[in-house]
Amino acid sequence: MMRKASAALPAGTFILLIAALWEAGTMLLGIPHYIIPKLSDVFVSMWDNRQTLAGHFAVTLGEALLGLGLSVALGTLAAVWIEGSRLARKTLYPLIVASQTIPIIALSPIMVLWFGYEVWSKVAVVILFTFFPIAVNTADGFRSADPEIGDLMRAMGARKRDLFLKWKLPSALPGFFTGLKMAATISVGGATLGEWLGGESGLGMYTKRASNMLRAEAVFSGVLLLSLMGILLFLAARLAERAVLSGRFPGEQGR
Amino acid sequence: MSGLQVQAEERAGTQPGGTGGSGSRLSVRPAILSVRGLTYGFSRAEPLFAGLDFDVREGEFVSFVMPSGMGKTTLFRLLAGLLAPQAGTIAVGEERAAAAEASRLGHIGYMPQRDSLLPWRTVLDNAALGLELRGTPKREARHRALELLPVFGLEGTERKHPHELSGGMRQRVSFLRATLGGGKLLLLDEPFSALDAMTRAGMQEWLLQIWERHRKTILFITHDVDEALLLSDRVLAASASPVSAFSEIAVDLPRPRDCGAVLEERFIRMKRELLRLLGRETRGSGGDRR
Repeated sequence: MMRKASAALPAGTFILLIAALWEAGTMLLGIPHYIIPKLSDVFVSMWDNRQTLAGHFAVTLGEALLGLGLSVALGTLAAVWIEGSRLARKTLYPLIVASQTIPIIALSPIMVLWFGYEVWSKVAVVILFTFFPIAVNTADGFRSADPEIGDLMRAMGARKRDLFLKWKLPSALPGFFTGLKMAATISVGGATLGEWLGGESGLGMYTKRASNMLRAEAVFSGVLLLSLMGILLFLAARLAERAVLSGRFPGEQGR
Repeated sequence: MSGLQVQAEERAGTQPGGTGGSGSRLSVRPAILSVRGLTYGFSRAEPLFAGLDFDVREGEFVSFVMPSGMGKTTLFRLLAGLLAPQAGTIAVGEERAAAAEASRLGHIGYMPQRDSLLPWRTVLDNAALGLELRGTPKREARHRALELLPVFGLEGTERKHPHELSGGMRQRVSFLRATLGGGKLLLLDEPFSALDAMTRAGMQEWLLQIWERHRKTILFITHDVDEALLLSDRVLAASASPVSAFSEIAVDLPRPRDCGAVLEERFIRMKRELLRLLGRETRGSGGDRR
């Protein structure tokens, strides 16, 4: 615990320093409040609107989590399919990789077209953002399974099911978690974008509306909360990773 | 080549008691493994094995010594059932007729060159893997593995993960896994080649002790002539590809043996003979290792 605290000290100090510079800079340099508001004003605005913000936070978090959950299910299924079928490996896998050259942001309006202005268009955009890292990293995890272990298990009489459950699946877990951590971070961005494209609630909608009204404190408080959400989701994914992979590798981290 | 083989077999069989009596004791035991006309190659043009015959009797410790690249590991993969012979039969135990590879899978303990332990499993769960794959309930498999940990010098490591163990310890776990998982036959593929010389000497003595207590049939691949002679009842050697017969040396050193045996005159004579069979004619002391 002490070690952890002391490891976080430099970064914590740095953040405090930036916060202090922000506060002092905006006061001393006379930057207009609609360009960069004072940090204290941002917090005041956050506090004044705490109930509204909490509601929007919950909406965006819900969209991100729902999309993330569906991506985990779909991405893992796709990875299992790619692993299990030679045809899928030759057709689906390159397609999924190539699909990443399509600018996802450009595709997002199509989701609105298909799923309307309700929550599902936001969830669809989140899936658009998070499916790829999970599917590809999990598929790569399957492929990284040590063939010698597979041979050994076959020599010991393992059936197909054993090979999948006791060799392939555990081998793919580190890759899956790498994908999950990436996906967790960008899921918030997906949800935000979905809300920009049209929505009644959520922090993305809140910041956009505040921006239109030049309420810089409100914009910044929304942005800070979205960043916090991204960090929290990433930490949650890492926590899950450590819980599942604990003791597996030298050092504390899975990968 | 095959004449030499017969001669060697006769010698092993007729030595009355010899020293320690390993020769005569083994000759009456039934063959646990018989290979007939084994042919295999990765390309048709240059097979690794062409019509290879050999037998291994129950309870025997047999080493295979061949120069690199002649298919030692391929031979073991064939024996384990991971590869199918292009011609010929490999019969284990009673089922002489059963040539199907599937019938061997799960009946032969295999210890690969690298330990190939599952990094996500504890020592105990790694050791129990073979039993688990053969359908033993997990609890019972763990229980049986736990009982054997002290015998294999692994007491107190059951909750550790492989990366927390030294190379020698990992090989012990791998050996325990092969012992528990396989049937009557153990295939050890250069298990000590990755260890440093000190650890290797320790592991050789350790393996001798374990084997002398349990007397499972062991087939052992090595490129280390000393190691082969020290451990084995018989050493099968080949020096030219494709292998159609093994030349054989019956090692009539008394058991129990320890590392001091390599200094005996008889040992050095056999070593010179083995090096000659391997096509490495030596003048003088014949102290060429590997």
